[in-house]
Amino acid sequence: MRLPCPCCGWRDLREFTYKGAADALHRPAPDDASGWDDHLHNRTNPAGETRDLWYHDPCGTWVCVTRDTVTHAVISGVPLEGAR
Amino acid sequence: MKRRDTGGSALNRARKLGFSFDGRALTGVEGDTLASSLLANGVRLCGRSFKYHRPRGVMTAGSEEPNALMEVLRDGAWHPNIRATMQELHQGLNARAQNCWPSVQCDVMAVNDLLSPFLGAGFYYKTFMWPRAFWEGLYEPLIRRAAGLGRLPQSHQGAPHEKAFAFCDLLVIGSGPAGLMAALVAAKAGADVILCEEDRQMGGRILSDMAQIDGGAGADWAAGVLAELESLPNVRLMPRTSVFGAYDGGVYGALERVSLHMTAPGRTPRECYWRITAKRTILATGALERPIAHPDNDRPGTMLLGAIASYWHRFAVDPGRVVVFGNNDHALAKARALAADGMDIRAYIDPREVSADTPFKTYQGEVIGTRGRHGLHSVTLRHQGREIRLDADTLALSGGWNPSLHLACHMNGRPVWDEGIAAFVPRDAMVPGLQVVGAAAGIFSTHGALDSGARAAMQALDALGMHATPPDLPQSEDTPYAITPLWQVQARGRAWLDFANDVTTKDVAQAAREGFVSVEHMKRYTTQGMAPDQGKSSNMGALAVLADATGGSIPGTGTTTFRPPFVPVSIAALGAGGYGPSFAPQRFTTSDAQTRKMGAPMIEAGLWYRPSHFPRAGDRDWRCACNRETLHVRHAVGVCDVSTLGKIDVQGPDAARFLDFVYTNTMSSLKPGRVRYGLMLREDGHVMDDGTCARLSGQHFLITTTTAAAGEVMRHLDFVQQAYCADWAVRLISVTEAWAQCTIAGPLADELLGHLLGDLPDLPFMGCAPVTVGGVDARLFRISFSGERGYELAVPARYGADLYRHLVALAEGLGGGAYGMEALNVLRIEKGFVTHAEIDGRVTAFDLGLQGMLSQKKDFIGRAASQRPRLTGPTRLQLVGLRAVDPQSEITAGAHLYPGDKPAKAAYGQGHVTSVCYSPTLDSWLGLALVENGRARHGETLRLDDGLRGIRADVEICNPVFFDPEGGRMRD
Repeated sequence: MRLPCPCCGWRDLREFTYKGAADALHRPAPDDASGWDDHLHNRTNPAGETRDLWYHDPCGTWVCVTRDTVTHAVISGVPLEGAR
Repeated sequence: MKRRDTGGSALNRARKLGFSFDGRALTGVEGDTLASSLLANGVRLCGRSFKYHRPRGVMTAGSEEPNALMEVLRDGAWHPNIRATMQELHQGLNARAQNCWPSVQCDVMAVNDLLSPFLGAGFYYKTFMWPRAFWEGLYEPLIRRAAGLGRLPQSHQGAPHEKAFAFCDLLVIGSGPAGLMAALVAAKAGADVILCEEDRQMGGRILSDMAQIDGGAGADWAAGVLAELESLPNVRLMPRTSVFGAYDGGVYGALERVSLHMTAPGRTPRECYWRITAKRTILATGALERPIAHPDNDRPGTMLLGAIASYWHRFAVDPGRVVVFGNNDHALAKARALAADGMDIRAYIDPREVSADTPFKTYQGEVIGTRGRHGLHSVTLRHQGREIRLDADTLALSGGWNPSLHLACHMNGRPVWDEGIAAFVPRDAMVPGLQVVGAAAGIFSTHGALDSGARAAMQALDALGMHATPPDLPQSEDTPYAITPLWQVQARGRAWLDFANDVTTKDVAQAAREGFVSVEHMKRYTTQGMAPDQGKSSNMGALAVLADATGGSIPGTGTTTFRPPFVPVSIAALGAGGYGPSFAPQRFTTSDAQTRKMGAPMIEAGLWYRPSHFPRAGDRDWRCACNRETLHVRHAVGVCDVSTLGKIDVQGPDAARFLDFVYTNTMSSLKPGRVRYGLMLREDGHVMDDGTCARLSGQHFLITTTTAAAGEVMRHLDFVQQAYCADWAVRLISVTEAWAQCTIAGPLADELLGHLLGDLPDLPFMGCAPVTVGGVDARLFRISFSGERGYELAVPARYGADLYRHLVALAEGLGGGAYGMEALNVLRIEKGFVTHAEIDGRVTAFDLGLQGMLSQKKDFIGRAASQRPRLTGPTRLQLVGLRAVDPQSEITAGAHLYPGDKPAKAAYGQGHVTSVCYSPTLDSWLGLALVENGRARHGETLRLDDGLRGIRADVEICNPVFFDPEGGRMRD
C-alpha cells in the first residue's frame, strides 16, 4: 500500500503511522459532554469512501487520506489544514 | 529416457556436472535442471505421493510441478519440497527423494495404497473422532507423523537472504512472445521497464516449441529482442524471478533465486525478496497445460505434452516410445512437430475424430489405464469398443490449457468462463493498472500473443503519458485453437486430479455426495489444491468433476479464491534482514563506547541501549553495584547519560500559547531561565506523558519527554499543531539526537561543576542558563530526578562522548562515579517519581495525585474527558508507596495485592505493584503501586501475591515519597 504525502509524494505504507478516523479533526466545545463521548468513542466504519489520518514520520506531516475501504483505492491525501 | 546425442538449447555440454540423487552418483551438464538431468539419466521414479505413497515422477517442466518434490542439501541441512523442475543443477548437488522409507523403490508406507478404499476424502474427520481422550495422546501425534511431505531442518538456518525494493513505469511479468513484445514497445518509447521471468532463460514458450517468427526460428527472434532490451539503459531484465503476488497500489511481490544454482554461494544471498512498485503492469505469464484424469494417470512416465517438448528441445531428453493422449488441436500439431523432429511417437489418442494424415497411428478413444510398477511400461486405450495395449515409455497428456491468470485474481477479481477454449480467462481491470496479454488472456496463437503484447504496451504508454507509434508486428502463425473438453475418462480405477495431495475423481464425487457441493467446501474436505503447487494443474479438472457430480455448469460452480503467493516463498526470504541485530534499529548514546569500555551490561530502553550498572572487582552481584551507585548519588556525586529523553524545541510568538494548550498546567507564566514540570494528557483524559519545560527565552522553549514516549509525544504535538492551531506562529522540531545530556546529581554536584565550568552560575532549583564548557556553548538545567541537588548539562551531540568521560572522571575524583539504569530507578522510587511503569495508559492525573496540575483556567488537550465522572474518586486505583513489613523480604513488580484474610482471586484484588527496588538508603524493599482508593489507606497492610514467581509478602501502604518528603535536599 502506498499513500500520498502532500510534502513528499507517494510513499510506502511503512513510513506512516496511523491515527484513526478524520473525526479527530473536529473537537467539540469544552462543555459538550455528549459531543465528547461521540468524539472519543463513536465511529461510522463506512463500506466505501472514508477519511483517516496518517503521520508521515520522516517529514512530520499529518495527512488526511481519502480512501475506499471496499476497493482499497487511495483517492487523495491533503494536509490537515485543508481537510477540516 | 536418455540424453539425445544432439540438441538441447539450454545446455552447455562441454561442462559436465556431478551430482547425486538418493546416494547415486550421476552426471548432468551445465544448463540442466535437477529434473532434466534425472530424466536424462533415466531416473523416472523420484518421489512418493502424499497419502498413498504412490511412485511419482517428473510431470511438468516448470514451477507448477506437483510430483517431483524432493529434499536438497543446502548449507548443511536438507531442505524439503524443492521442485526438481526449478532447481538448477550445479556441481555437487545432493538431492534425495522424500516421503518414503526405507527407500523410494521400497517404501513401507506404500501399504496405504492397498488401504485406499478406506482412506478416501474425509477419512481423518470420520475416523479420528472418538473416543475424545485419544485425540491428544494418540491420533494427533500419529497424524502429524504421517502428514506433510518433506521435513523441515530442525536447526536455525543462517544462510544469507536479502530483500530489495524496485520501482518502474512498466512491469512486464513473463518473457514469452507477448511479454517480450510488450517490453520492447515500451522500452523503445523510453519507459522505465522491468521484465521478470521465472526461468533462468528468457523467452518463455518460444524456447520449448518451434514457433516461427519473422520467417526464422522463434528462439532467434527472442534472442534478438533480448539483446536489444539488454542494450537499453531503461530496461532491467530479471531472470530467475517469480512474481508471486499483486497487492494494493501497484505493488508486486517477487522472489529472485539469486544463488541457489551455485555450488559454493558463500555470502551471496540465496534468494531475494523484491517489492516492485509499478505504475502499470502487463501480465504475460502464459498458460499451464492440463493433464487428463484417466485411471492410473499418476505413474512415473506420465507427463504433460508441453513438458516433454520442453525437455526435448531445451534439455535434449529423449522420452523413448511416446503415446500422446490429447483433446485439442495444439496437442496434435505438437505431436506432428515432435515426430518430424525425430521423437519416437507411437500413437496419438484423442476422443475427437482425428485425420489419418500423420506419421504415427491415431486412435479415436481414451486411455483407460497404465502399467508398470515404478514407471510406465504400457498404456491401455479404448478404441471402437476394444481395449488395446500399447508398449510405451512415456505417456504425454494434453487436456488443454489454463491461462495463468492467478495474479490478476489476487485482489478478489473473479475470472470468466470462455467456452471456446474451455478455460477461465481474466476480465478487464481486475487489478488496477494491470493488463493481461497472450496466453494468460486466453490468446493462444503466436501472432495473437505478439499483437496483444504490443497493444497493451501502447495502452500502458498512453496511461503513462508517453507516446509511441504502433510497431510492425513480425510475421507468425495465427492458427485457431479447437478443443473438446475431456475432464475425466469414464473407466474403472482411480484417476488422479491433484497429484501432490493424492485427490482422485472419486474423492471429489464423494465430497459432492456428502454435501460438500460448494467448490470452497469440496476443496477443504478433499484437500484438493492445498499442496505446495496449490492445484495449478488440477483445480480446473476438480471443479469440472464437481460440476459434473452436482449437475451444475463449470461457470456456475466457479473457482476457488486465488491468493498469493503464486509459488512457494521461503520464510527466510520474507524475513530477510529481520532477525538478530537487524530485527529493530539500534540507537546508541554518545557515551555508548565509554560505557561498554567500563564493563556495563547494556539493557534495551525502547530502541536505545543504556547501561544497567557498572560492575567493579569484588561485586557479588549486580545489586552490589546498584547499591554503591545509589549511595554515590546520596552521599557524593553521580553521573548518568540521559540523552535518550525526548527533546523538542518549540519556538515562535505563539509557542507559550501552544504549550498551554498541550500541557495540563500553564507554561505561559514561566519566566525565561526557569523550568517547570509538566503533564500531558491524551484527548481521552488519561495521562500521556510527563516531562520538563524550560523557557530558554521569551519565544523559545525546550521540552523533554520520557524516553519511551518521545515518538508518540512528537506525533501528538505535530497533530495538535497541524489539526487545531495551523495558523498559530509556532514551530516544533525534535532535537533529541542533537544534544547529549548528562545528569550530575548529589551533594557534591556543585563542586564537580565548579571544577568543570570554573564559574558555576547561581541557579535556583528549576532554573536554567546557557554556559560554556571548554569553549563549547552548552545548557545547564538545575533539575532532579534523584531527589538530590542535581543538574543536567547538555552539549551538542558531537561533544557528548568527551563530556561524559570528563564528568565520570571528575565524579570518581570526588568519591562518586557513573550510575546506571538500576540505580536511577532506585533513586526515583525512593522519591516516588513516576515513569511509564506507572503511566501505563490507563491512569489519570487524579490517580497519580497530580489533579492539582489540571488548570481550571484554560482549555487543554484532554481537559473535557478528564472531568468524566469515573475518572476520579475512591473507585480509582491510586498511586501509593509500599514498604515490605519485613524490610529484607523481596517484593516484585507485577504482583497483585489482596486483603490479608482473602485468597488471591481477582474478585478480592486491591491493585498491583508497578515498580520495586531494594533501597540501600533506607535498608528496605520499597515499591510503588496502584491501589484502589489508595491515598485514603496509608498505614493499612495488604498481602502481596506474585503467583508467577511464587513470592508472597506483607506490605504496608504508605506515602509514595519515601525519602526526604519535604524535598529540601534537591531544592535548598
